[in-house]
Amino acid sequence: MDAVTEAPKTVDLAAEYESSGVAEVLRELDRDLIGLAPVKQRIRQTAALLLVDRARRDMGLAQETPTLHMSFTGNPGTGKTTVALMMAGLLHRLGYVRKGHLVTVTRDDLVGQYIGHTAPKTKEVLKKAMGGVLFIDEAYYLYKPDNERDYGQEAIEILLQVMENNRDDLVVIMAGYADRMDRFFAANPGFRSRIAHHIEFPDYTDAELLKIAEAMLDGQNYGLDPAGRKAMAEYIALRRTQPHFANARSVRNALDRARLRQANRLFETATGPLDARALSTITDPDIRASRVFSGGLDVDRPASREDQP
Amino acid sequence: MRITQGCFSFLPDLTDEQITAQVEYCLGNDWAIGVEYTYDPHPRNTYWEMWGNPMFDLRDAKGVMMELDECRTAHGGAYIRLNAFDSTRGFETVRMSFIVNRPKVEPTFHIQRTDFESRSQKYAWDARY
Repeated sequence: MDAVTEAPKTVDLAAEYESSGVAEVLRELDRDLIGLAPVKQRIRQTAALLLVDRARRDMGLAQETPTLHMSFTGNPGTGKTTVALMMAGLLHRLGYVRKGHLVTVTRDDLVGQYIGHTAPKTKEVLKKAMGGVLFIDEAYYLYKPDNERDYGQEAIEILLQVMENNRDDLVVIMAGYADRMDRFFAANPGFRSRIAHHIEFPDYTDAELLKIAEAMLDGQNYGLDPAGRKAMAEYIALRRTQPHFANARSVRNALDRARLRQANRLFETATGPLDARALSTITDPDIRASRVFSGGLDVDRPASREDQP
Repeated sequence: MRITQGCFSFLPDLTDEQITAQVEYCLGNDWAIGVEYTYDPHPRNTYWEMWGNPMFDLRDAKGVMMELDECRTAHGGAYIRLNAFDSTRGFETVRMSFIVNRPKVEPTFHIQRTDFESRSQKYAWDARY
Protein backbone atom coordinates (compact mmCIF):
# COMPACT_ATOMS: atom_id res chain seq x y z
CA MET A 1 0.00 0.00 0.00
CA ASP A 2 2.73 2.43 0.94
CA ALA A 3 4.80 3.77 -1.93
CA VAL A 4 8.40 2.74 -1.42
CA THR A 5 10.52 5.86 -1.64
CA GLU A 6 13.78 5.34 -3.41
CA ALA A 7 16.82 6.52 -1.46
CA PRO A 8 18.33 9.52 -3.28
CA LYS A 9 21.64 8.89 -5.04
CA THR A 10 23.05 12.40 -4.79
CA VAL A 11 22.43 15.41 -2.62
CA ASP A 12 22.78 19.09 -3.41
CA LEU A 13 23.94 20.53 -0.10
CA ALA A 14 23.69 24.15 -1.21
CA ALA A 15 20.08 23.70 -2.30
CA GLU A 16 19.33 21.75 0.85
CA TYR A 17 20.93 24.53 2.90
CA GLU A 18 18.56 27.11 1.41
CA SER A 19 15.40 25.02 1.25
CA SER A 20 15.58 23.69 4.80
CA GLY A 21 15.53 27.26 6.14
CA VAL A 22 18.89 26.80 7.85
CA ALA A 23 20.39 29.58 5.75
CA GLU A 24 17.70 31.92 6.99
CA VAL A 25 18.34 31.12 10.64
CA LEU A 26 22.08 31.58 10.22
CA ARG A 27 21.59 34.89 8.43
CA GLU A 28 19.31 36.00 11.24
CA LEU A 29 22.00 34.95 13.69
CA ASP A 30 24.58 37.06 11.88
CA ARG A 31 22.30 40.04 11.65
CA ASP A 32 20.80 40.05 15.14
CA LEU A 33 23.78 39.07 17.20
CA ILE A 34 26.64 41.50 17.54
CA GLY A 35 30.08 40.02 18.19
CA LEU A 36 30.19 36.41 19.46
CA ALA A 37 32.31 35.30 16.49
CA PRO A 38 33.40 31.96 18.03
CA VAL A 39 29.80 31.12 18.91
CA LYS A 40 28.60 31.83 15.39
CA GLN A 41 31.44 29.73 14.05
CA ARG A 42 30.48 26.80 16.26
CA ILE A 43 26.81 27.07 15.33
CA ARG A 44 27.66 27.16 11.64
CA GLN A 45 29.78 24.03 12.10
CA THR A 46 27.00 22.31 14.03
CA ALA A 47 24.48 23.23 11.35
CA ALA A 48 26.78 21.86 8.63
CA LEU A 49 27.24 18.64 10.57
CA LEU A 50 23.52 18.20 11.05
CA LEU A 51 22.78 18.97 7.42
CA VAL A 52 25.30 16.41 6.21
CA ASP A 53 24.04 13.94 8.77
CA ARG A 54 20.50 14.37 7.54
CA ALA A 55 21.61 13.83 3.95
CA ARG A 56 23.43 10.67 5.05
CA ARG A 57 20.30 9.45 6.77
CA ASP A 58 18.24 10.08 3.64
CA MET A 59 20.69 7.92 1.71
CA GLY A 60 20.58 5.22 4.32
CA LEU A 61 24.16 5.66 5.46
CA ALA A 62 23.40 6.45 9.08
CA GLN A 63 20.62 5.35 11.39
CA GLU A 64 21.42 6.82 14.77
CA THR A 65 20.17 10.19 15.88
CA PRO A 66 23.26 12.21 16.73
CA THR A 67 23.59 13.46 20.28
CA LEU A 68 22.50 17.08 20.23
CA HIS A 69 22.60 18.03 23.88
CA MET A 70 24.73 21.11 24.39
CA SER A 71 26.28 23.19 27.08
CA PHE A 72 26.64 26.95 26.80
CA THR A 73 29.21 28.47 29.10
CA GLY A 74 29.92 32.14 29.55
CA ASN A 75 29.51 35.12 31.80
CA PRO A 76 26.08 36.61 32.46
CA GLY A 77 24.55 38.69 29.70
CA THR A 78 26.55 37.17 26.87
CA GLY A 79 23.50 36.02 24.93
CA LYS A 80 23.17 32.38 25.97
CA THR A 81 19.37 32.41 26.14
CA THR A 82 19.06 34.30 22.85
CA VAL A 83 21.29 31.80 21.09
CA ALA A 84 19.38 28.90 22.67
CA LEU A 85 16.18 30.28 21.16
CA MET A 86 17.81 30.44 17.74
CA MET A 87 19.23 26.97 18.23
CA ALA A 88 15.71 25.67 18.85
CA GLY A 89 14.62 27.24 15.56
CA LEU A 90 17.61 25.77 13.77
CA LEU A 91 17.03 22.24 15.08
CA HIS A 92 13.37 22.52 14.18
CA ARG A 93 14.16 23.51 10.57
CA LEU A 94 16.55 20.60 10.31
CA GLY A 95 13.90 18.26 11.63
CA TYR A 96 15.76 17.20 14.76
CA VAL A 97 13.05 18.46 17.08
CA ARG A 98 9.39 18.29 16.13
CA LYS A 99 8.00 21.52 17.56
CA GLY A 100 10.99 23.79 18.10
CA HIS A 101 9.82 25.60 21.23
CA LEU A 102 12.15 26.57 24.05
CA VAL A 103 11.36 25.80 27.68
CA THR A 104 13.59 27.76 30.05
CA VAL A 105 13.96 26.40 33.57
CA THR A 106 16.20 26.84 36.58
CA ARG A 107 16.77 24.67 39.64
CA ASP A 108 13.51 25.82 41.21
CA ASP A 109 11.46 24.35 38.38
CA LEU A 110 13.10 20.95 38.58
CA VAL A 111 13.86 20.29 42.23
CA GLY A 112 11.14 19.80 44.79
CA GLN A 113 11.00 20.79 48.43
CA TYR A 114 10.32 17.49 50.11
CA ILE A 115 10.81 13.79 49.50
CA GLY A 116 8.81 12.59 46.52
CA HIS A 117 8.26 16.08 45.15
CA THR A 118 11.20 16.22 42.79
CA ALA A 119 10.40 13.39 40.38
CA PRO A 120 6.89 14.60 39.42
CA LYS A 121 8.15 18.16 39.13
CA THR A 122 11.02 17.24 36.84
CA LYS A 123 8.79 14.97 34.77
CA GLU A 124 6.24 17.75 34.40
CA VAL A 125 8.91 20.03 32.97
CA LEU A 126 10.23 17.31 30.69
CA LYS A 127 6.75 16.61 29.35
CA LYS A 128 6.35 20.28 28.50
CA ALA A 129 9.72 20.33 26.77
CA MET A 130 9.03 17.25 24.63
CA GLY A 131 9.39 18.05 20.96
CA GLY A 132 11.45 21.12 21.74
CA VAL A 133 14.49 22.36 23.56
CA LEU A 134 14.90 22.34 27.34
CA PHE A 135 17.16 25.17 28.45
CA ILE A 136 18.50 24.73 31.98
CA ASP A 137 19.90 28.03 33.16
CA GLU A 138 22.62 27.91 35.81
CA ALA A 139 22.57 24.14 35.67
CA TYR A 140 25.34 23.74 38.27
CA TYR A 141 22.86 24.66 41.02
CA LEU A 142 21.30 21.24 40.48
CA TYR A 143 24.27 19.66 42.16
CA LYS A 144 25.16 20.71 45.67
CA PRO A 145 28.19 18.72 46.78
CA ASP A 146 28.03 20.00 50.37
CA ASN A 147 24.61 18.49 50.95
CA GLU A 148 24.38 14.75 50.42
CA ARG A 149 20.64 14.64 50.80
CA ASP A 150 19.97 17.43 48.35
CA TYR A 151 17.10 16.56 46.02
CA GLY A 152 19.02 17.95 43.05
CA GLN A 153 20.65 14.57 42.60
CA GLU A 154 17.27 13.02 41.93
CA ALA A 155 16.51 15.59 39.22
CA ILE A 156 19.93 14.91 37.68
CA GLU A 157 19.24 11.19 37.51
CA ILE A 158 15.89 11.69 35.77
CA LEU A 159 17.45 14.17 33.37
CA LEU A 160 20.26 11.81 32.47
CA GLN A 161 17.81 9.02 31.82
CA VAL A 162 15.64 11.15 29.55
CA MET A 163 18.65 12.61 27.76
CA GLU A 164 19.68 9.06 26.91
CA ASN A 165 16.31 7.47 26.11
CA ASN A 166 14.43 10.34 24.49
CA ARG A 167 17.15 11.69 22.24
CA ASP A 168 14.65 11.90 19.39
CA ASP A 169 12.19 13.86 21.45
CA LEU A 170 14.07 16.65 23.11
CA VAL A 171 17.37 18.47 23.20
CA VAL A 172 18.77 19.67 26.50
CA ILE A 173 20.92 22.79 26.65
CA MET A 174 22.68 23.56 29.94
CA ALA A 175 24.02 27.01 30.58
CA GLY A 176 26.10 28.70 33.22
CA TYR A 177 29.39 30.31 34.18
CA ALA A 178 32.38 28.52 32.69
CA ASP A 179 34.28 27.64 35.87
CA ARG A 180 31.26 26.42 37.81
CA MET A 181 29.99 24.40 34.86
CA ASP A 182 33.39 22.72 34.62
CA ARG A 183 33.16 21.73 38.26
CA PHE A 184 29.58 20.54 37.72
CA PHE A 185 30.61 18.33 34.81
CA ALA A 186 33.61 17.02 36.73
CA ALA A 187 31.29 15.93 39.55
CA ASN A 188 28.72 14.46 37.14
CA PRO A 189 30.64 12.61 34.44
CA GLY A 190 27.35 11.30 33.06
CA PHE A 191 26.53 14.74 31.73
CA ARG A 192 29.89 15.33 30.13
CA SER A 193 29.65 12.17 28.06
CA ARG A 194 26.08 12.86 27.02
CA ILE A 195 26.71 16.41 25.90
CA ALA A 196 28.34 16.57 22.51
CA HIS A 197 28.63 20.28 21.93
CA HIS A 198 30.32 22.60 24.38
CA ILE A 199 30.05 26.19 23.24
CA GLU A 200 31.90 29.02 25.00
CA PHE A 201 30.48 32.53 25.00
CA PRO A 202 33.21 35.19 25.21
CA ASP A 203 32.68 38.56 26.89
CA TYR A 204 31.76 41.44 24.62
CA THR A 205 34.33 44.12 23.86
CA ASP A 206 33.53 47.75 24.67
CA ALA A 207 32.92 48.55 21.00
CA GLU A 208 30.49 45.65 20.69
CA LEU A 209 28.62 46.71 23.80
CA LEU A 210 28.24 50.21 22.39
CA LYS A 211 26.85 48.72 19.19
CA ILE A 212 24.49 46.58 21.27
CA ALA A 213 23.36 49.68 23.16
CA GLU A 214 22.58 51.44 19.91
CA ALA A 215 20.74 48.42 18.53
CA MET A 216 18.65 48.18 21.72
CA LEU A 217 17.77 51.86 21.59
CA ASP A 218 17.02 51.59 17.90
CA GLY A 219 14.58 48.78 18.62
CA GLN A 220 12.65 51.10 20.93
CA ASN A 221 12.85 54.08 18.55
CA TYR A 222 15.34 55.92 20.68
CA GLY A 223 18.74 57.22 19.63
CA LEU A 224 22.00 58.56 21.06
CA ASP A 225 23.34 61.92 20.00
CA PRO A 226 27.15 62.23 19.53
CA ALA A 227 27.71 63.46 23.10
CA GLY A 228 25.47 60.71 24.40
CA ARG A 229 27.41 58.12 22.44
CA LYS A 230 30.67 59.34 23.91
CA ALA A 231 29.20 59.21 27.42
CA MET A 232 27.88 55.71 26.78
CA ALA A 233 31.30 54.50 25.61
CA GLU A 234 32.90 55.88 28.79
CA TYR A 235 30.10 54.40 30.85
CA ILE A 236 30.73 50.93 29.43
CA ALA A 237 34.47 51.14 30.06
CA LEU A 238 33.90 52.25 33.65
CA ARG A 239 31.08 49.81 34.34
CA ARG A 240 33.24 46.88 33.30
CA THR A 241 35.66 47.52 36.14
CA GLN A 242 32.90 47.54 38.75
CA PRO A 243 31.31 44.51 40.41
CA HIS A 244 28.22 42.68 39.08
CA PHE A 245 29.04 43.51 35.49
CA ALA A 246 26.71 41.50 33.26
CA ASN A 247 27.64 42.47 29.70
CA ALA A 248 24.60 43.20 27.55
CA ARG A 249 22.25 42.98 30.53
CA SER A 250 24.12 45.78 32.31
CA VAL A 251 23.85 47.86 29.18
CA ARG A 252 20.13 47.25 28.97
CA ASN A 253 19.63 48.26 32.59
CA ALA A 254 21.73 51.37 32.07
CA LEU A 255 19.61 52.31 29.09
CA ASP A 256 16.41 51.78 31.03
CA ARG A 257 17.65 54.17 33.69
CA ALA A 258 18.84 56.64 31.06
CA ARG A 259 15.36 56.67 29.56
CA LEU A 260 13.97 57.37 32.99
CA ARG A 261 16.32 60.32 33.43
CA GLN A 262 15.61 61.56 29.94
CA ALA A 263 11.88 61.61 30.67
CA ASN A 264 12.56 63.42 33.89
CA ARG A 265 14.83 65.96 32.18
CA LEU A 266 12.25 66.67 29.48
CA PHE A 267 9.57 67.09 32.08
CA GLU A 268 11.55 69.56 34.14
CA THR A 269 13.24 71.59 31.43
CA ALA A 270 10.80 71.66 28.55
CA THR A 271 9.08 74.99 28.12
CA GLY A 272 7.39 74.65 24.75
CA PRO A 273 6.10 71.83 22.61
CA LEU A 274 8.55 68.94 21.98
CA ASP A 275 9.11 67.23 18.65
CA ALA A 276 9.65 63.50 18.08
CA ARG A 277 13.39 64.05 17.89
CA ALA A 278 13.58 65.56 21.36
CA LEU A 279 11.41 62.79 22.73
CA SER A 280 13.63 60.04 21.37
CA THR A 281 17.14 61.37 21.90
CA ILE A 282 19.22 60.19 24.83
CA THR A 283 21.98 62.66 25.48
CA ASP A 284 25.04 63.22 27.60
CA PRO A 285 23.48 64.26 30.97
CA ASP A 286 21.03 61.34 30.89
CA ILE A 287 23.95 58.94 31.02
CA ARG A 288 26.46 60.95 33.02
CA ALA A 289 24.02 61.23 35.93
CA SER A 290 24.60 57.54 36.55
CA ARG A 291 26.39 56.68 39.76
CA VAL A 292 28.82 54.57 37.79
CA PHE A 293 30.61 57.82 37.01
CA SER A 294 30.90 58.76 40.68
CA GLY A 295 32.62 55.50 41.46
CA GLY A 296 29.90 53.30 42.88
CA LEU A 297 27.13 50.96 41.84
CA ASP A 298 23.56 51.97 42.46
CA VAL A 299 22.76 48.75 44.22
CA ASP A 300 25.83 48.84 46.45
CA ARG A 301 25.15 52.26 47.85
CA PRO A 302 24.00 52.42 51.45
CA ALA A 303 20.47 53.77 51.75
CA SER A 304 21.59 56.84 53.67
CA ARG A 305 23.43 58.18 50.65
CA GLU A 306 20.45 58.17 48.36
CA ASP A 307 20.80 61.88 47.79
CA GLN A 308 22.47 61.93 44.43
CA PRO A 309 20.45 62.24 41.24
CA MET B 1 -18.07 -8.09 25.10
CA ARG B 2 -16.34 -5.16 23.49
CA ILE B 3 -16.99 -1.94 25.40
CA THR B 4 -18.06 0.87 23.07
CA GLN B 5 -17.63 4.20 24.81
CA GLY B 6 -16.24 7.42 23.41
CA CYS B 7 -14.78 8.02 19.96
CA PHE B 8 -13.41 5.28 17.70
CA SER B 9 -14.73 2.49 19.90
CA PHE B 10 -16.34 0.64 16.96
CA LEU B 11 -12.98 0.64 15.16
CA PRO B 12 -10.14 -1.77 15.82
CA ASP B 13 -7.93 -0.68 18.72
CA LEU B 14 -5.80 2.34 17.88
CA THR B 15 -2.09 1.76 17.51
CA ASP B 16 0.33 4.03 19.33
CA GLU B 17 1.01 6.00 16.13
CA GLN B 18 -2.71 6.55 15.69
CA ILE B 19 -3.09 7.63 19.31
CA THR B 20 -0.17 10.02 18.85
CA ALA B 21 -1.83 11.50 15.79
CA GLN B 22 -5.11 12.00 17.65
CA VAL B 23 -3.29 13.62 20.57
CA GLU B 24 -1.49 15.93 18.15
CA TYR B 25 -4.89 16.93 16.79
CA CYS B 26 -6.12 17.70 20.32
CA LEU B 27 -3.01 19.69 21.21
CA GLY B 28 -3.37 21.56 17.93
CA ASN B 29 -6.76 22.72 19.19
CA ASP B 30 -5.29 23.77 22.54
CA TRP B 31 -7.14 21.07 24.43
CA ALA B 32 -5.70 19.69 27.64
CA ILE B 33 -5.27 15.92 27.78
CA GLY B 34 -6.10 13.85 30.83
CA VAL B 35 -5.39 10.16 31.31
CA GLU B 36 -8.00 8.14 33.21
CA TYR B 37 -8.38 4.45 34.01
CA THR B 38 -10.96 2.16 35.53
CA TYR B 39 -11.59 -1.48 36.30
CA ASP B 40 -15.33 -0.97 36.19
CA PRO B 41 -16.50 -0.19 32.66
CA HIS B 42 -20.19 -0.02 33.56
CA PRO B 43 -21.81 2.73 31.46
CA ARG B 44 -23.11 4.39 34.59
CA ASN B 45 -19.56 4.70 35.95
CA THR B 46 -18.88 8.11 34.42
CA TYR B 47 -16.02 9.22 36.62
CA TRP B 48 -12.91 7.16 36.12
CA GLU B 49 -9.76 7.29 38.22
CA MET B 50 -7.43 10.10 37.16
CA TRP B 51 -3.85 9.19 36.29
CA GLY B 52 -2.13 12.36 37.42
CA ASN B 53 -3.43 15.80 36.62
CA PRO B 54 -4.74 16.80 33.21
CA MET B 55 -1.83 18.07 31.15
CA PHE B 56 -2.17 21.68 30.22
CA ASP B 57 0.41 23.55 28.12
CA LEU B 58 2.00 20.56 26.45
CA ARG B 59 3.39 21.10 22.97
CA ASP B 60 4.07 17.59 21.81
CA ALA B 61 2.15 14.30 22.03
CA LYS B 62 5.20 12.55 23.43
CA GLY B 63 4.47 13.96 26.88
CA VAL B 64 1.04 12.32 26.86
CA MET B 65 2.43 9.07 25.49
CA MET B 66 4.94 8.93 28.34
CA GLU B 67 2.14 9.22 30.89
CA LEU B 68 0.07 6.68 29.00
CA ASP B 69 2.97 4.21 29.00
CA GLU B 70 3.38 4.65 32.73
CA CYS B 71 -0.33 4.16 33.29
CA ARG B 72 -0.23 1.01 31.14
CA THR B 73 2.65 -0.41 33.16
CA ALA B 74 0.81 0.23 36.40
CA HIS B 75 -2.70 -0.69 35.21
CA GLY B 76 -2.23 -2.91 32.18
CA GLY B 77 -5.44 -4.79 32.92
CA ALA B 78 -7.61 -1.69 33.17
CA TYR B 79 -9.54 0.38 30.71
CA ILE B 80 -7.60 3.56 29.99
CA ARG B 81 -9.02 6.54 28.14
CA LEU B 82 -7.75 9.93 27.09
CA ASN B 83 -9.97 12.94 27.65
CA ALA B 84 -9.38 16.16 25.73
CA PHE B 85 -10.65 19.14 27.68
CA ASP B 86 -11.44 22.38 25.89
CA SER B 87 -11.10 25.38 28.19
CA THR B 88 -12.51 27.86 25.66
CA ARG B 89 -15.21 29.99 27.22
CA GLY B 90 -18.57 28.58 26.26
CA PHE B 91 -17.27 25.03 25.95
CA GLU B 92 -15.33 24.39 29.15
CA THR B 93 -15.91 20.70 28.74
CA VAL B 94 -14.48 17.48 27.38
CA ARG B 95 -14.52 17.67 23.58
CA MET B 96 -13.10 14.30 22.81
CA SER B 97 -12.66 11.06 24.70
CA PHE B 98 -11.40 7.72 23.51
CA ILE B 99 -10.32 4.39 24.95
CA VAL B 100 -6.65 3.55 24.46
CA ASN B 101 -6.25 0.40 26.52
CA ARG B 102 -8.50 -2.58 27.25
CA PRO B 103 -8.05 -5.68 29.38
CA LYS B 104 -7.37 -8.94 27.53
CA VAL B 105 -10.71 -10.37 28.57
CA GLU B 106 -13.53 -7.88 28.60
CA PRO B 107 -16.55 -8.43 30.82
CA THR B 108 -19.98 -9.31 29.55
CA PHE B 109 -23.01 -7.41 30.71
CA HIS B 110 -25.74 -9.28 32.37
CA ILE B 111 -29.29 -8.06 32.65
CA GLN B 112 -31.10 -8.91 35.86
CA ARG B 113 -34.87 -8.81 36.03
CA THR B 114 -36.54 -8.65 39.41
CA ASP B 115 -40.16 -8.70 40.37
CA PHE B 116 -41.41 -5.61 42.04
CA GLU B 117 -44.64 -4.71 43.75
CA SER B 118 -47.89 -5.46 41.93
CA ARG B 119 -46.42 -7.56 39.15
CA SER B 120 -44.19 -4.73 37.81
CA GLN B 121 -40.60 -5.57 36.94
CA LYS B 122 -37.25 -3.85 37.34
CA TYR B 123 -34.13 -4.31 35.28
CA ALA B 124 -30.51 -3.78 36.22
CA TRP B 125 -27.18 -4.27 34.43
CA ASP B 126 -24.00 -5.61 35.88
CA ALA B 127 -20.63 -6.45 34.41
CA ARG B 128 -19.57 -10.08 34.77
CA TYR B 129 -16.18 -11.56 34.08
